[in-house]
Amino acid sequence: MTTRRQRLLAAGLEVTVPVLLLVIWGLYSSSGSENSYYFPPLTDILSTFADTWLFERVGSDMVPSLVRMGLGFGIAVVVAISAGLLLGLSAQARRAAAPIVEFLRAIPPPALLPFAILVIGVGNSMKVFIIAFVCIWPILLNTIDGVTGVDPTLRETTRVYGVTPRDRLWRVMLPAASPQIFAGMRTSLSLALILMVISEMVASTNGIGYFVLQSQRTFAIPEMWSGILLLGILGYTLNGVFVLIERRVLRWHRGARASALG
Amino acid sequence: MLNVDHLGKTYGEGSDAVEAIGDLEFEVRENEFVCIVGPSGCGKTTLLKCMSGLLAPSRGEVRLHDQRIDGPPERMALVFQEYGRSLYPWMSVRQNVAFPLRRKRLGKDEASNLVEQAVESVDLTGFLDRYPWELSGGMQQRVAIARALAYQPEILLMDEPFASVDAQTRADLEDLILEVRRQYGVTVVFVTHDIDESVYLGDRIVVLTPAPTTVQETLDVDLPAARDQLETKELPEFARLRAHVYRSIKRKQPAAEPEHAAA
Repeated sequence: MTTRRQRLLAAGLEVTVPVLLLVIWGLYSSSGSENSYYFPPLTDILSTFADTWLFERVGSDMVPSLVRMGLGFGIAVVVAISAGLLLGLSAQARRAAAPIVEFLRAIPPPALLPFAILVIGVGNSMKVFIIAFVCIWPILLNTIDGVTGVDPTLRETTRVYGVTPRDRLWRVMLPAASPQIFAGMRTSLSLALILMVISEMVASTNGIGYFVLQSQRTFAIPEMWSGILLLGILGYTLNGVFVLIERRVLRWHRGARASALG
Repeated sequence: MLNVDHLGKTYGEGSDAVEAIGDLEFEVRENEFVCIVGPSGCGKTTLLKCMSGLLAPSRGEVRLHDQRIDGPPERMALVFQEYGRSLYPWMSVRQNVAFPLRRKRLGKDEASNLVEQAVESVDLTGFLDRYPWELSGGMQQRVAIARALAYQPEILLMDEPFASVDAQTRADLEDLILEVRRQYGVTVVFVTHDIDESVYLGDRIVVLTPAPTTVQETLDVDLPAARDQLETKELPEFARLRAHVYRSIKRKQPAAEPEHAAA
């Protein structure tokens, strides 16, 4: 019973606090302070939001942004997990790749923008490339960690029963590493959103990032705010969806951990 | 059937070298239940890993049907002490037991028959679609035993399989393993540090010395084939064997005259 009540309380807090903050913001911004040009009343922002994003610019700006982000993230997941499994299985490959991996992931991603624009151009592929490039590292490193951390007894069991290399990879190593892989993917997801915005601010003719910057440059302040609001909502929603998927896929992991703790 | 021939294992090199197994020599015959017992830290697990092909010996060899073991043989299964870390937590009981059968490329029906039979023999039929972490420790070890049985090994190696369950569960599991061994007609090599257990289960007991391990002595267990937790343990022969093994382990030097030489 207590846990049920606690859960209700937690859910209540999760709803009440943001609503409260919005109300305070609304009251403060409508009280007519001097800076109201840059901080327009919340009601203005919300009505602009409704005009802009329900659903006039969804097709022209939101969809392209989400497609870039999805593609970049998707490519990163596939590349990073495959490479991570390979590197995780071979200590030699790991040693050989370590300096390169450490170097590439140390490069601040926006620094690659000029290069990417020069080589790939200003189109979609450049943005997808930048997003994928950034998202790879957390997933790659976590996959390697996950694979090298597989319990020795589980490895020996797999060897004793002569499990084929293919099954060993896809049915033992991958699921065993999946809790860590998901943790890496979660980090990468927020990076994907950030890089999506940055890449669209530098060279683009559409997208949410482009819209925010363009609004600022044309002094369409409520529009600018509505774009920022949309990004926040997107980030929140994407993370929520991700957590739901993770809970489903890693149900065994939570169960096993709970039973291990007693 | 299984020959351990002048087996030796040294970890490390030079001055850091640790000799885990000195020189081991014994044989496991077809359909036998052999218990290997020795003081803690006497390299029992190392021995089992060499026997299962998981670890390459430093000297000598292990042969199964006169074939040198240099990797896990197909007709051998191994049950670990740490059942919790040996079962795949993302697979249900059914999937865990069925997983090793994939390489055998059996028909779907044949495979699921083997799985269901094995799970039934360890009394877990109602739990086929549960996950290991939903089961108690004893039940998890039964899943691991079912997995080994479904694999249809000629020889089953067990590494202190009942060392981490409570006493009552342990007695139940001991009777269970005797039962399934009869049912499946499998040869068993059972490593334990528990003297009572070795006498209760074994047809023959191999007593090991502390590291560097050698065979202290080998003795036949002359108890009725049908064992019972109460009756068998009340027999004078049980008490005698138990005391004998106990003294044998306590003795530091190899026995001058083993009662029964290894065959």
